[in-house]
Amino acid sequence: MRRWLTRRSRIPAVLRLTLAVILAAGAVAVLAAPSSEGQTSSGAGVPGGPPAGVNAPSKSPEPPAPGDPVKTFPDSPALRAQGYTLYQAGCSSCHGIALQGTPGVAPSLRGVGAGPVDFYLSTGRMPLEQPREEPQRAPALYTRGQIDALIAYVASFGGPPAPTADPAKGNLALGLHEFTLHCAGCHQVVARGGLTVNVPVPDLLAATPQQVAEAVRMGPYVMPHFGTRQIDQHDLDSIARYVLWTRHPVNAGGWAIYNLGPIPEGIVAWFMGLAALVIVARLIGERLA
Amino acid sequence: MNVLQRTLERRFLRGTRWLEQRLGAAKGIKWLLSYVFPDHWSFLLGEIALYAFIVLVGTGTFLALYYIPGDSQVIYHGPYALLQGEQMSEAYRSVVDLSFSVPAGLLFRQAHHWAADVFVAAIVLHLCRIFFTGAYRKPRDVNYFIGLTMLMLAILEGFAGYSLIDDLLSGMGLAIAYGVALSLPGIGAQLGYLVWGGPFPGSSSFLPRLEIVHVFLIPGTLAVLITLHLVMIMRQHHSQFPGPGRRERNVVGTPLWPAYALRSIGLLLAVAGVLFLLGGLVQINPIWQWGPFHPYLSENGAQPDWYIGWLIGALRLMPNWEPAIGNYTLIPNPFWGGAAFPLFVFIVMFAWPAIERRFTRDHLRHDLLDRPRDRPTRTAIGAAFLSWVMIIFAVGSTDRLFFRLHISYTAQIHFWRAGVWVLPILIFFITRSACRSLRRTDTHPMRAWQGTVVRRGPDGSITRLGDSADRTQSRPSEEPVGTVPAESER
Repeated sequence: MRRWLTRRSRIPAVLRLTLAVILAAGAVAVLAAPSSEGQTSSGAGVPGGPPAGVNAPSKSPEPPAPGDPVKTFPDSPALRAQGYTLYQAGCSSCHGIALQGTPGVAPSLRGVGAGPVDFYLSTGRMPLEQPREEPQRAPALYTRGQIDALIAYVASFGGPPAPTADPAKGNLALGLHEFTLHCAGCHQVVARGGLTVNVPVPDLLAATPQQVAEAVRMGPYVMPHFGTRQIDQHDLDSIARYVLWTRHPVNAGGWAIYNLGPIPEGIVAWFMGLAALVIVARLIGERLA
Repeated sequence: MNVLQRTLERRFLRGTRWLEQRLGAAKGIKWLLSYVFPDHWSFLLGEIALYAFIVLVGTGTFLALYYIPGDSQVIYHGPYALLQGEQMSEAYRSVVDLSFSVPAGLLFRQAHHWAADVFVAAIVLHLCRIFFTGAYRKPRDVNYFIGLTMLMLAILEGFAGYSLIDDLLSGMGLAIAYGVALSLPGIGAQLGYLVWGGPFPGSSSFLPRLEIVHVFLIPGTLAVLITLHLVMIMRQHHSQFPGPGRRERNVVGTPLWPAYALRSIGLLLAVAGVLFLLGGLVQINPIWQWGPFHPYLSENGAQPDWYIGWLIGALRLMPNWEPAIGNYTLIPNPFWGGAAFPLFVFIVMFAWPAIERRFTRDHLRHDLLDRPRDRPTRTAIGAAFLSWVMIIFAVGSTDRLFFRLHISYTAQIHFWRAGVWVLPILIFFITRSACRSLRRTDTHPMRAWQGTVVRRGPDGSITRLGDSADRTQSRPSEEPVGTVPAESER
């Protein structure tokens, strides 16, 4: 073995050539990837980034229907003043000093209301390190009190009230039905996340009912937004209840292997089932001298 | 123990006499019991597949008692809360009921599904053993063809099995299969219409057809082919690795009775044990979580069982190439990944013995196996081909890789469109040089050792017997046990 490692190979030239080819091919492939997306992202996107203008959408949040419950956040002049300070320090560089937004970078926050602010800040998606990267769930940077202050400040510029969902009023079976109909196409049917056009879709294991309601009504990032005619309040409550359920779904069959289906199943079949049997065959297959 | 042994022997003799007087079977039984199996653990891989098949037939019979191949829509009112009041097909409801209401139903269903996954995996591993040791050479090429046919049938059987359930995953799988069927040039539309009994999702006769294919046609064919496979092995005798006392026309090993039969029964029990352990402990295909299928539904990250995964990978990897004349598409894109690719892989495997004969001009009969290192080119070609298929297989899970590791999906696809050709070439040269080096040094790749073998005498003296360099010479040659005389010597 040692001799094999140190021995000068008889075909190093071929090996080196092949290695060079694979590296070149890899480089070409990696370089080719962003250029093919450049057509849709007007040359401004990062590699693997979303289609154009996703970070600067003008999707206005769908307002709750009359009579639907809304989420009220604390509001006072002092809170707005604190929010103003926080906003100027943490948000204004992209969203503008007067919430007017920056074309091609960040949307205007005038008239978005409380829901999107609560969603983006409480899930840690904002503030972004880089203006163009996809907002991903992270530990929230602001405390609850600071978030409330920012909500109070931004909501003072107008906008619909924040939606809310009460899982206790929801129906689990309806939740599965509505989730499969509207959400599973991207979020996977047990909310384990997935892939759309080069954008990872988050799993919903950490999503709270309030965040689910806000996301459904405003459609963060590439997600579509749903009005009350598509998903009414009862559906919303049920979806929130179902999302909570997916944290601990009924795994009657035993170890759930991530509720993902065939990929982990194949890994278990090969590397636990067949591997165990090959070990058995190895042990009993030969007369041990 | 002795009493038991004597009793068993007496019983056995009486039974043989009974059969001899009626069927004249004593000679055959004697031949069968003294049939010699060569000693090597890798010869048991095929047996793992055989016993997985037995588990499949056993559990499948149980499942078939409860499955209803109906597509009429019903409303669920069973014990599972999340599907309460949900509209679903009779087929899906019967499998949900089987899982939640039939005693041990879920255990049997999961053991069946795990058995299917392990069955195909064991066949693939067995095929690798056959290929890399040259066991497919004349006269065993006929049996190799039967084995390949069984692999094809096993893959088809598995797909038919999980498509029967009519849950969200199986419905999406059938939609893709329908798309591939439509893409077959010229005959696609007619074939799809014929098999599904109408446009997707098909007529009411589709599920019953699929059931007959799954529970009768393919398993029956498999059973016949397995019998042929085994009879042919016994007729031609096992091949064996070269070793002390082992020649082309003999077999050195363990006779069927008493040694090998017990070993084999042990393996059967181990296979059944592992599969039922998996069935009881690890959840597979939780169809109640996927929900029923309706043609307007889909979910993200839907995947087929692993043995169909290579086709999904091929569909994803294939560039969007569709030759067309004007507005008429000659060959729709799914054809390449979904039909041409598996067809090509199997054609290459079927043609391989002839290809090899052509290039090596070796038309002789071979009963001794090759060690992979002794045929560097064949081993290298096999490794390259295997890696080619495995890369395409792995591309089928790029979406999960993207989700977990945030490696851009399109970048992965672009990379592998080149890598799928370059990497196997690299593997070809690496394998070939590794084989040549191993053949030269004759070390075991995993058991290589360095040192000196010594014997200490009763007086404390130390005699050097040999060291790592001349290990093969210093190994005591073992007495051949259970040698079958060559046919010419009889």
